[in-house]
Amino acid sequence: MKKIIAVLLAVLFVCGALAACGGSTNTEATKDEKPAIDTTPAESGITEVGNFDASGIEVDPEFKLGVVLVGDENEGYTFAHMQGIQKAAEELGLADDQIIWKYNIPEDEKCKDACDDLVGQGCKLIVTNSYGHQSYTQQAAEEYPEVQFIAMTGDTAKASGLENFSNAFTRVYESRYVSGVVAGMKAKELDEAGKLTDENKDENGNIKIGYVGAYPYAEVVSGYTAFYLGIKSVVENVVMDVQYTNSWFDMVAEGAAADALMARGCVIIGQHADSTGAPSAVQAALDGGKVAYSVGYNVDMLSVAPTAALTSATNNWTVFYKYAIGTAMKGEKVATNGVCGLDSGAVEITALGESCAEGTADKVAEVEAALKDGSVHVFDQNTFTVGGEKVEYAFATDTDGDFAPDADNAMFDGYYHESYTQSAPSFQLRIDGITELNNN
Amino acid sequence: MTATTSKTMTTHKKDPLVRIVRRESMPLWKSVMVRVIAVVASLLVSGVIIYLLTGASPIKVYGSMLQGAFGNSPANYSQKTWITVRDTMMLLCIAVGLAPAFKMKFWNIGAEGQVLVGGIATAACMIYLKNLPPVLLFICMVGASLLAGAIWGLLPAVFKAKWDTNETLFTLMMNYVALQLTSFCVAKWENPIGSNKVGIINQGAANQQGWFPAIFGQDYMLNVIIVMALTVGMFFYLKYSKQGYEIAVIGDSQNTARYAGISVKKVIIRTMLISGAICGLAGFITVSGSAHTISTSTAGGKGFTAIIVAWLAKFNTFTMILIALLITVLDKGAIQVATEFNISKDMSNMITGIILFFIIGSEFFINYKLIFRKKEKEVA
Repeated sequence: MKKIIAVLLAVLFVCGALAACGGSTNTEATKDEKPAIDTTPAESGITEVGNFDASGIEVDPEFKLGVVLVGDENEGYTFAHMQGIQKAAEELGLADDQIIWKYNIPEDEKCKDACDDLVGQGCKLIVTNSYGHQSYTQQAAEEYPEVQFIAMTGDTAKASGLENFSNAFTRVYESRYVSGVVAGMKAKELDEAGKLTDENKDENGNIKIGYVGAYPYAEVVSGYTAFYLGIKSVVENVVMDVQYTNSWFDMVAEGAAADALMARGCVIIGQHADSTGAPSAVQAALDGGKVAYSVGYNVDMLSVAPTAALTSATNNWTVFYKYAIGTAMKGEKVATNGVCGLDSGAVEITALGESCAEGTADKVAEVEAALKDGSVHVFDQNTFTVGGEKVEYAFATDTDGDFAPDADNAMFDGYYHESYTQSAPSFQLRIDGITELNNN
Repeated sequence: MTATTSKTMTTHKKDPLVRIVRRESMPLWKSVMVRVIAVVASLLVSGVIIYLLTGASPIKVYGSMLQGAFGNSPANYSQKTWITVRDTMMLLCIAVGLAPAFKMKFWNIGAEGQVLVGGIATAACMIYLKNLPPVLLFICMVGASLLAGAIWGLLPAVFKAKWDTNETLFTLMMNYVALQLTSFCVAKWENPIGSNKVGIINQGAANQQGWFPAIFGQDYMLNVIIVMALTVGMFFYLKYSKQGYEIAVIGDSQNTARYAGISVKKVIIRTMLISGAICGLAGFITVSGSAHTISTSTAGGKGFTAIIVAWLAKFNTFTMILIALLITVLDKGAIQVATEFNISKDMSNMITGIILFFIIGSEFFINYKLIFRKKEKEVA
């Protein structure tokens, strides 16, 4: 007995001592490196893949596509991917039995098992649809160099240096900006009609907007900032509170977050989370006599919030999948960082709800046209400040592993070049006017 | 409930329709037969249910279950089989860890937590000590995971030995502590920041510090070697060592143990140290040997499933191999069936449930026999 305890204590002691050593060497390493600030404009690392020409592609009956999905058809985000893949396959002439689906794969080692299995079943192209799948997908890519892997919404393909591993994303911040314009029109209408109370405004008279976010990292930050700037392009006096749920799909938590935001007086609730929790909560509040409206994500929310939902920002994944599957079928390499946006119809907003302000449709058409022709940029340098000051440079890439971007200045020519060095969003400045309520 | 029931029933007009009588013993061939019949019956029943609910051919469903576990083409036979073997080993390792505790009638419901803390300890070594030489790193990982698991087993044992607290509740609650601790560590080690996921630790062909090396070209060979060594070791420990005998005596009767001069407290604490440490090692095998990550789903309910494995095998660690394999095959099969026939995974879990129900039920018929009331009236 005593012997065992003695041995265990000894092991503990050794481990503790080693851990201490390991820790100290780490901090020394970071102290030494303090790179000078290099603000030269970053080089583009992306490939525009919209408007893919699929003519002349012959379907190889041996070709198989493997799809690893974080949810199933009951989850908006995954449903959008499934639709995109099915449509793309149809347009390319890929048969149903050439696609192997893996549903409800969590963001852990089960993703690697799923990839292994798909390779074993002869897939030549494997797509994983959630950000958290990425490191397992990369692991599989390393092990099976003859199979192409795409980690959707991921950001490590370029750094991994693997030939058969890609990332891809849409310019969803563009559709979020447009959905923000829709929200802004509504906020303006409510304000002008005198329907807002003191509770709906802060002490400086700014209209309160709420946002239900999943996780506090770039993808979400970029999204809510675009949404906020969209609103701000219509009404100047707005502030926004962001409540995180720490989950991509949690109907209860998203509903609770929306309730918390409405309790703070927020009149419009945007979201970057995948369930119908928030719109449902907003509809219930609206029915209960509160002034509250919802802007959704992924899918049309009118079925759960017929009078509360204004619109949703969505991805039309068909555009990307047509490119990716078509390219792989041709036997060519899928671009390491593929991006497609508003101009190719890869992102859009869903049908406007009946509660939208008058003239919204015209305004939306005008903003979309301006975004397409480049006369308006989502992250325009002159439309926001950080700490009260105009932002002169902003980095897109992290090189030292601390997750704070420190290289590739994307703030040049008057705006932040989002999805420019990589397909995944990189904008993560916390701009003035937005408060994260629970980011710890 | 005993053979003497009929005597005490004289006040009633009739004997009960069925009486349950404990069997003295059953020859081996007979007990094996009962189990085989149970498995066949369970397959028939679930076959009927599958057909009624989904219209799919039961034979095809069973075929696809096997394919789920062992592959459906020459290209993936070995790969699928290895994954099944890997998961069987994990389940077996926990069951082996639980065996001494349950044999002592110490209800260790805390394997889930013991696995998690073992996993956390391993992940911590992989993250903070990755610059150590591999051999040293592995010693640290093994030591840390054993220690972490042992502490998680020790706490409820000490409280049980000193103050006779309820170990079922104590070990169960330790699971939640471990789960929260895991959440905390995941938040601390998250990669990238804000994602609430650790991702693969030491990823990249040039790194992979603290990963099990492939042996004979097989990534999971080391898992098998370690767990089989533990299985054999535990078998002999329980069956032939003095300490194993002490455990058996305490399991039968603590008073007898005391009368025989066995220090019950000491044995409880010692046994739980071993039990917890092995479960902690299961965490090490999972994190270092297969998952290469840590999350709240690292134990994935296996800590509870392993209890079924240990009990069904009556703490015979060699029988556990079979049971663990059966449960893993059923689980893999369920996933395959769900995908192939496009039915909910719950459906295939139902099948697993039915099969386990019959297997557990067969134990009843091995231990007891039913005596039906005889037709002719009994003479009072």
